[in-house]
Order: sequence, then C-alpha cells, then structure tokens
Amino acid sequence: MQRRVVFPNRLLPYLLLLPQLAITTVFFFWPASQAIYQSLLRQDPFGLRTQFVFLQNFQSVLSDPLYIEAFQVTAVFSISVTLFVMMLALLFAVMADRQIRGAPAYKTLLLWPYALAPAVAAVLWVFIFHPSIGILGKALNGLGLKWDYQLNGVQALVLIVVASAWKQIAHNFLFFLAGLQSVPPAIVEAALIDGAGAWKLFRKILFPLISPTTFYLLTINLVFSFFDTFGVIHALTHGGPGRATTTLMYKVYMDGYVNLNLGESAAQSVVLMLIVSALVWIQFRSTEGKVHYS
Amino acid sequence: MKKLFVVLSVLVVLSMLLSACAPQPAPAPAQPAAPAAKAPEPTKAPEPTKAAEPTKAPAPTATPAPRPTPPPGRVVVEFWFGLGKPLGDVLEAVVMDFNKSQDKYYVDPIYKGAYPDTMNAAIAAFRAGKAPHIVQMFEVGTATMMAAKGAIKPVYQLAKETGWNLDPSIYIPAVRGYYSEGENMISMPLNSSTPMLYFNIDAFKKAGLDPARPPKTWTEVRAAAKKLVDSGATKCGMTFEWPTWTQLENFSALHNVPLATKSNGMTGMDAELKFNGDLQVRHLQTLMDMAKEGSFKYGGRDGAATVLFPSGECGIIMASSAARARIKNESKFEWGVTFLPYYDDVQGAPINSIIGGASLWVLNSPGRTADEYKAVAEFFKYISQPAVDARWHQETGYLPITHGGFEKTKADGFYAKNPGADLPYQQLTRSKPTENSLGLRLGNMPEIRTIVYEEWEKAFQGQQTAKQAMDNAVKRGNEVLRNFEKTYK
Repeated sequence: MQRRVVFPNRLLPYLLLLPQLAITTVFFFWPASQAIYQSLLRQDPFGLRTQFVFLQNFQSVLSDPLYIEAFQVTAVFSISVTLFVMMLALLFAVMADRQIRGAPAYKTLLLWPYALAPAVAAVLWVFIFHPSIGILGKALNGLGLKWDYQLNGVQALVLIVVASAWKQIAHNFLFFLAGLQSVPPAIVEAALIDGAGAWKLFRKILFPLISPTTFYLLTINLVFSFFDTFGVIHALTHGGPGRATTTLMYKVYMDGYVNLNLGESAAQSVVLMLIVSALVWIQFRSTEGKVHYS
Repeated sequence: MKKLFVVLSVLVVLSMLLSACAPQPAPAPAQPAAPAAKAPEPTKAPEPTKAAEPTKAPAPTATPAPRPTPPPGRVVVEFWFGLGKPLGDVLEAVVMDFNKSQDKYYVDPIYKGAYPDTMNAAIAAFRAGKAPHIVQMFEVGTATMMAAKGAIKPVYQLAKETGWNLDPSIYIPAVRGYYSEGENMISMPLNSSTPMLYFNIDAFKKAGLDPARPPKTWTEVRAAAKKLVDSGATKCGMTFEWPTWTQLENFSALHNVPLATKSNGMTGMDAELKFNGDLQVRHLQTLMDMAKEGSFKYGGRDGAATVLFPSGECGIIMASSAARARIKNESKFEWGVTFLPYYDDVQGAPINSIIGGASLWVLNSPGRTADEYKAVAEFFKYISQPAVDARWHQETGYLPITHGGFEKTKADGFYAKNPGADLPYQQLTRSKPTENSLGLRLGNMPEIRTIVYEEWEKAFQGQQTAKQAMDNAVKRGNEVLRNFEKTYK
C-alpha cells in the first residue's frame, strides 16, 4: 500500500500546495489570529481607544453565568439535532435503498430541503408555526394545545431543533444512501442465504460497513449544529424567549455584532474554536480504532 | 452509482454557494468549521473532475438594479441608510430631488441593510479608512456615536465650518434634544416616530364599546381589552410592538419617572439605571395580570407583534406612528388612533412622549475635502425646509422634524383629510420636556433592550415576579453601562 511519490522538482510540490495554503491562510489563519488578538483587547467599536487587557475578557466570559447557560443550551441543542438528524436520515436511506417503484422520485424529493438557504428555510418555518399566522401553529392552538414558541422556552428549543434537523437530513440521507449502495451485494446475498432477517442484516452487516460514513456524519453534524444554525435561530427566535435558544454561536453574534463588545465576543469565539477543535480531536481519537474502513 | 456521486458533488458545491450568500455575520468564529469539514473523507471521494462542474449559481449572478450615476463635475458624497422598502424608497426620492435641485453637489444614497447592519458596515468602513460621509443610525446607537469623538463631525461644528447659519429652534425640541449635547446639535434628525395607540373600530362596535371614546387610561385599556375578548370580537384584546420602547421608555417619560440617573444618561456616562421603580414594576404587574386573564398577548420582540393588529387578531395595539402606513394598507377594517394610555392616579401624567427612529451622522475619514462637508451641509439644509420635511412626514408617517414641516402639512389640509395624523406631533409637543422625557442616551442601549426582553419574557412565563424581573434587568443593565464606561476611560 505504501508507495512513495518522489518529485524530481523541489519547487513543484510547494507550488501545487500553494492554492490550498493561500485559501487556508486567508480564510482561516488570518481571521483566527485576528480573533485571538482582538480577544486580548478592550476596544471601542470605532477602534479609537484600545487597551491591552491580557486575559480579562476570557475571565469575564468564563465567569459569566449566562455563558454557562448558553453552553448548556448549545449542548442540548447540538446533541438533539445530531441524534434526530442521523436517526431519521438513516431510516430514510434504508427505506430508499430498497427496490421500490418510484425510488428516484423519493430520493430527489428528500434532497430538496438541502438546496434552501437556512434563513429562507427558517422564514418558511415561521409561516408554518407562528402561533397566530402560521398554518400549523394556528391549528395547534385550535386543538387546545397552548402553542406559542415566542413565550415558551421548551417549545422554542424544540422548534429550532426540528427546523435545523430538517435542513440537514437531506445531506445525511445522501451520504447514508451512498454508503449503503457501496456495500458489496455479494456480502448481503451471503447473509440472506445464511438466513439473516432484515433487522439482523442491518445490525450485523450494513451498519458496521457504513460506520465510516456514520462517523464522518457525526462530526459534520456536531460542527453544523454549533456553527451553521445561526440563520434558523436568528429568523425564528432571536435567541429567546428569555435566553432559551441562545447558543454559544448566537451569543458571539449578539455580543459582537449587536452589542459591539468586540473583546468579549472575540474571546468567546476563541473558546468556541477550542471547543470544536477538541471535539473533533476526541472523536478521531476515540472512534478511529472502532471504525471499519473497507 | 457514479450518477449519485455527480449529484452529490453538485449538491456540495451548490450548498457552498448558498451558504456563501446566506448572512454570515461573525467572520472569525465560523472558520474552525472549515478544517474539520475537510479532514474526514466521505466513503468514496467524488471524482474531482465532476466536482468542478459548473452548477446553476443562484444569487451571485443576479445583477443589482442599476443605480443612477452622478453627473460629471459634481462633488459626490456617500449616504448609507438603513430604511427598507417602502420607507427607503421615499428617502431615496427625497435625495434624488435634492440632486436635481442643484448642480454642484450630489448625494449618493446606498442601502446597507437594517439599522444594526448599517451601523456595523459604517464602523467597519471607518476602521478601513473608507467611511461614508453620512450614515443613518438608529436612536439607540446615539450614545455609541457620541462617544466616538474623532470619528464623527458634530452637526453644529459642520455648520460653523461651512458657514451654514444653523438655527436649532426650527426643530421640534423633543426631536432635537434627543440628538443634542446641551444646545449643540450633534446629529441631524431625520426619521422620528413616537408610539401611539391604534384600535379596531369594527371590533369596538361589535364588543359594544364606543369608538368615539377610545380608552385613555390603563384602567380603561384593560377594561376595553377584556370586553373585546369576552364578547368574542377579537381573539386578543391588546398587544404592543417594540415592548421596551412602548412600555418602558415611553411609559417612564409619559409619567415623568426616570429610566436612569443623569437625565436618562443625557448628562453623563456614569448614569445608573433606575427603571425598577414602583410605577414601572406596577406596570409590568398589570401586563402580567392582563396576560393571565387573556386580555393581553405578548407578540414578541422588536416589531414582531405589529402583524397582530392588521390581521384582526388584536383589537388594540401600541405601535409606532410610522406603522400608520402599514396598518392603513393591510387592515381590512376601520381603525382609529389615539394617545398612549397612562395611570390617572399618577400626578401630572401624562406629559410628552419620546421619539424613536434614526438620525444622520457625519463621519470623518482621511482625505475629506471642505467641499464634501459643504455638500453634506447643503443636503441637511435641504431636508430641513418646510416643504421637504412636510412631504417626508406625509408620505412616511414619520413625525415632521421641524415646526415648519408641521405648519406646512396643516396648511396643506393633510390632517383634515387624515384624522389622527397630527396626534403624534401633539403627543410629543404637549408639554415642555423634563429631564425624564427629553430622551435617553445609554451606552449599548440595544443590549439593555435585549436584557429587558429576556427578563420580561421570563416574568410572562411565570418564572419570576414583576419586581424580580425589573431588579434583574436593572442589575444586568448596569453591568452593561459600566462596561461601556470602561471602554471609553
């Protein structure tokens, strides 16, 4: 397997790497270093007065009970979204993988939500679930259920979990389907000949064989629910009611963009950066050994 | 099999394009996702040649509507504004009329998104040395702008430098005072509004209420709201938009009680919040009681509740005078407007209300010429003329900013044709502003508003009492103020 490629030209490998390095530098290293630098300062928005305050911003962020609260909200939110998305996507993928009439149509329809921008998707959700102008929201209230996500924190959290998950299921579905289709038919047939039922086939053959996909999706979904759900939260709940849907990411936005507290906002994004790096690292360390790569 | 991967790669590219168009406000924190997303490979990597396939690029290809270009030889100044349609269109029309009115200067109006977006765009541009000449900033950003000495050119100073004989007394005191330091005007008032009470006349009749005698006091509002619901005339009795602005900031002004020390922050950055006083706590309690008995419905933060009135769901709404146009267009019933209610056992109440809206700020930037400042001064002079101001007032529902604009509108017969359109002006000018009703100037006011929303929402959910909510809001708000103060020390 190990084949060493030797380039005759010393410059060429670097040249080939250059585009990727340039992109990473401009879009990751540079802003990240700016964030770290900003996190050590106390500065007015216009940049007219700057004080170097060392780690004071981190201290006030980490000792802020509201930050801990946002952390808890984020944990509940991310885990719920990830579980919800993966379970449903896997179910859909297994169903769509079977030989049924009109399978391509189902597959296409299942992909549609993915093509929507999160903010647009969220606006659609408002039209459906708004307690007084939304179709379903009105119906729920009509049935006597007290549905009002603008005043009920639990309902608000459920709504953004479902809305974010809905958005992401298409993406997961696609990868699961690709994973299932790459399982060699010979193995499946062998299992069937050995008398494995549908559940056993899934549990013992299919699921282990698509574990690299599952593992990849787990990471992607966690990162997605940490970072890419801003649009949904912003359009649906604005982080409320109370602080019921203020995730870490939304807090960074509020403190930096609305409240113009650049130092603390930068400190929060540095912390967020560390959390996600750690999360990905732990996942790789702990799952790498158990994942079956074909 | 292969086809699936083509679809897959096309979708990945598509999603990248889409997320690039979606609002991504915080640049730095979004980045860590990139390496993580790249590290793990999917089960089988899509073939690279296929991934590069051009997809139907959604938004980026759409060309923006062409904007008129300035005629050659003019001194051009940039004006960034944050008023969406349809109000923004009126603003652009006013600017274009200015450009047509003379041949030396040209103001280029550029829409930069909602107020907070416009503010951030202007701040970023200033830091990059490319600030616009004029930027429209919402009233709650006033303290931040005033503290940014060096970044802004105060209007009185602009007048002095350009030989503009600026007379502050032509502007309405409650408007001018909000944007002045002592007698000196710091920014130029533009769109000002003040909250009013709108009521559904059809629903009033159905509930057996007399629409000729709309509720004046909170006792009457509560009784009317209850009657609306009990009689089945409307599902919800009363609601309000911009909860802190209508129910706390204006409420305090109307009853002449302080929101904060130092004349609500007008006279010093070391102001402390004082809105956990007996009267404000009592008012929150009234709202909580009304919510419980079903006569009041909390419609959400900022302008989220506005829709509840034209849709016919709520029979009464307290909303901005600038909501008039929307209510007129969208309501399918007869409606009326009146003054904000008050508690009649509070002595001296009600006095004048305070404004909301936005004003125009002049920004400094390297390389500005005297001519450019002159152009700005000319534009400000233009919009202060009675005819221009009157047109602005009549077409948008914002208040006139000058006494002349009001008189001109009256002479035009506009108020006779639109009963109630003069009430905002009356409510704002019915008394001489006190230190509690001149306005407010609190650092990071948007953050304080959010804090009040959060604490009130918890109280409406029954998680805390009215007193606790107000105390918490004051405590947390004061931390914000101290933080703001520290930044400028």
